[in-house]
Amino acid sequence: MSDQHERRTPVSLTGLREDDPHLQPAARNPRLVERVIALTFLLGLALVVGFGASYWVNATPWILGATLGGGLFFLGVGLVAWGKYLMARGPFVEERHTLASSEADREAFVAAIVERGGGVVKRRKVLGGLLGGGLGAFGIVALFPLLRSLGPLPKGTLFHTDWRAGSYAVDQTGRRIHVTDLAVGSIVTVFPEGTQNTDRGQAVDQTVLIRLSNENFTTQKGRESWGPMGYIAYSKLCTHLGCPVGLYEQQLQLLVCPCHQSMFNVNNGAIPEFGPAPRPLPQLPLYIDAAGYIRSQSDYNQPVGPGFWERS
Amino acid sequence: MSDALVTKRSRKQAKGRYGVIGKAVDELDERLGVAKGGRGFLDKIFPDHWSFMLGEIALYSFVILLATGVFLSFYYIPSSAIVTYHGSYLPLDGQSMTASFASTVNLSFAVRAGLLMRQMHHWAADIFIGSMVVHMARVFFTGAFRKPRELNWTVGVTLLTLAIVNGFLGYSLPDDLVSGTGIRIAYSIILSVPVVGTYLAFFIFGGNFPGTAVIPRFFILHVLIVPGIMLALVVAHMVLMVRQKHTQFPGEGKTESNVVGSPLFPVFLAKTTGFMLIVTGVTALLGAFAQINPIWQFGPYDAARISYAVQPDWYMGFLDGALRIFPSWSFHSFGHTIPFEVTIPAVIFPGLVFGLAYAWPAIERRVTKDNAMHNLLDRPSSRPKRTAAGAAVLAAMSMLFIASSTDVIANFFHVSLNTVLWSMRVLVLISPFVAYPIAYKIASEMNATRGAGRRKTVNVVTRTEEGEYVATPAPAYADDVAHDLAPTPVPDFIEVTPPEQPPSDGVRTIDR
Ligand code: HEM
Ligand code: FES
Repeated sequence: MSDQHERRTPVSLTGLREDDPHLQPAARNPRLVERVIALTFLLGLALVVGFGASYWVNATPWILGATLGGGLFFLGVGLVAWGKYLMARGPFVEERHTLASSEADREAFVAAIVERGGGVVKRRKVLGGLLGGGLGAFGIVALFPLLRSLGPLPKGTLFHTDWRAGSYAVDQTGRRIHVTDLAVGSIVTVFPEGTQNTDRGQAVDQTVLIRLSNENFTTQKGRESWGPMGYIAYSKLCTHLGCPVGLYEQQLQLLVCPCHQSMFNVNNGAIPEFGPAPRPLPQLPLYIDAAGYIRSQSDYNQPVGPGFWERS
Repeated sequence: MSDALVTKRSRKQAKGRYGVIGKAVDELDERLGVAKGGRGFLDKIFPDHWSFMLGEIALYSFVILLATGVFLSFYYIPSSAIVTYHGSYLPLDGQSMTASFASTVNLSFAVRAGLLMRQMHHWAADIFIGSMVVHMARVFFTGAFRKPRELNWTVGVTLLTLAIVNGFLGYSLPDDLVSGTGIRIAYSIILSVPVVGTYLAFFIFGGNFPGTAVIPRFFILHVLIVPGIMLALVVAHMVLMVRQKHTQFPGEGKTESNVVGSPLFPVFLAKTTGFMLIVTGVTALLGAFAQINPIWQFGPYDAARISYAVQPDWYMGFLDGALRIFPSWSFHSFGHTIPFEVTIPAVIFPGLVFGLAYAWPAIERRVTKDNAMHNLLDRPSSRPKRTAAGAAVLAAMSMLFIASSTDVIANFFHVSLNTVLWSMRVLVLISPFVAYPIAYKIASEMNATRGAGRRKTVNVVTRTEEGEYVATPAPAYADDVAHDLAPTPVPDFIEVTPPEQPPSDGVRTIDR
């Protein structure tokens, strides 16, 4: 079966004759291959023109993509086949030359750097030192824009939210939550009034308000007065990486974070029961005012959201 | 004008033997001296092995990214200003959203070929990074990173890192619900860096999350700064490759001091240009038929909402997986917190992985004490230890990638999330220790078996007159033979010695 492919022995380093087997196409039947390639090119050409037309008339995306993609694909296949089957089949060889320079060249180069450069610096130590100092200082000063203008300093911002003593809890539309609003077992995302439409309100102050069936429920020791009439509120920022803890499993009484599946026990101070979150969700102390609206007793007693160096 | 003496023929003669091109080269060469090096460049030999195409896929998807990216940047508006959407996508009509989200929706529905370009851009990004990873694996397993090519390996690892970063930045630009959650997570990861984390996060985002600076900043990084650095590095990668020439697999006529294959012009140029068209064509077909990132279904970002089954692009999967399975080991003491549950999987671990990639050539050189030049590639089987080490890393990374869908797996197989979590923890930890010995064994066995990895030829069994059976191996397959053909020097494509010349019988005619 290998008779067709006569084995090509290496030829000498000088020019090749036109009929050298290395210069012949790899295809056994070049005429046929040529025709197939011509057909592919024709198809490609037609599709590319079709792309132009469909762009002109603003056709749907899939027609645009099919004509463009198909056109380029067929042109490409034809061209690869042309290179592979109809051009000189080779293989050819090229010699490598060592990249390294001669010993003498290298020596001369190093000598120039060390002797000339070293000579200059050694003789003018003070100048060199001053220049180095100046450029070094500039290097440090050049960092100032990065350090001073890119953003404000964090200061205490990460420690506080906008919840204050007496803030009304409102939903995303700004409606104050009345004690009769929530059905038992349901949940709503609330914000301190006035922040519900701000970036910061949404990103930092977001809080889940849950109404439990037990009206005298205490989530943890010391929080006896935090959940009036079964209303309890936790920060909605996952303590892992700050995703909104958006999923409430009512039967299991779990708040679930969809990002990495941390689960927080609503009944027990939102302690993480599963997943990578390291801390409970901070709880917001609530009270119900005389008119029956849900309000906060104070801010959270600790920073909300993911951990960082400065928090204790 | 009326000069009758100017005939077609005389005009042709005036232009010289090679016409316009010859003339143009003359002019250029007089000023720049392009001919000497140029001829050598046209004759440059490229090895004919399929695995050398992987880098080409990466190169061409980068070109596609540049081209489609420029198109996108004509219509995309990098701004967090709130607008009310009134456009051709009716379900979102009247909603308020950022200008960047609105412009991406417009780009998808109201700009001619906009959706196609967006989807091509996204697919090209996925293909780009995928082909880089596979290309890197090829270089690793064949030992192509060894001396003298360590520097190009370093350039390559940097390109991969920057590509992942830029992919994340681009993914964030539409400001939809899914990508916004990704930015939130990135912010928290930066926050987790000990001592300087909060400062870093505030400087990068211009304040507390989310702020309004992040989209414009990500935009200029995504379209100018990172691609600019990458373009420079891609050029450096190519220049180093041309200067040091390609590696090649060992074979008949292939030595440490030559390169065997096809010349740049015209054979390789035809093949590679065709391949570029194919890669672009396939990307366009994917963009046409495979929907990717339908942001109008996710809706605009709202920090208080979240979409379920949030998943990043595939190349961020290993990070997400690591974050999911790492235990909740927060460190609190001396009035400070180090959130190890974030810092270790999302800062230290990727640092180690990429650090290992950077350091590998040096590590291997130290272990093997091999300081020689290498232009011939290893077959992966002939270096069982290196192959096994690579397999171990790939195994662990794949397990981490799978771990990024713990919830999907739990739902799909109806097992508890806890079971999946613990299985993934165990799998990630033991997979390298399983993969190493298996890969080592396979490689050593292949090494010890003659002809392993090549196509088997049939044995022709003949019965002699005495009734004896003799098996003779059939000749090798035709294209296997072609593969092993002895190479010859680069032919002279311009001046072919005419066949009429007498053969090498010692008599040479000299034309004067
Ligand atoms: C290094 C290579 C690059 C990668 C990996 C990359 C990746 C991405 C990705 C994944 C997206 C999200 C697309 C989506 O909405 O689904 C994106 C968006 C975008 N990219 Fe790139 N990109 C690259 C280079 C560029 C360049 C060079 C430009 C401009 C000159 C550019 C301009 C844009 C624009 C304007 C968008 C936002 C529009 C949109 O999301 O539809 N990209 N990029
Ligand atoms: S962000 Fe909630 S589990 Fe990771």
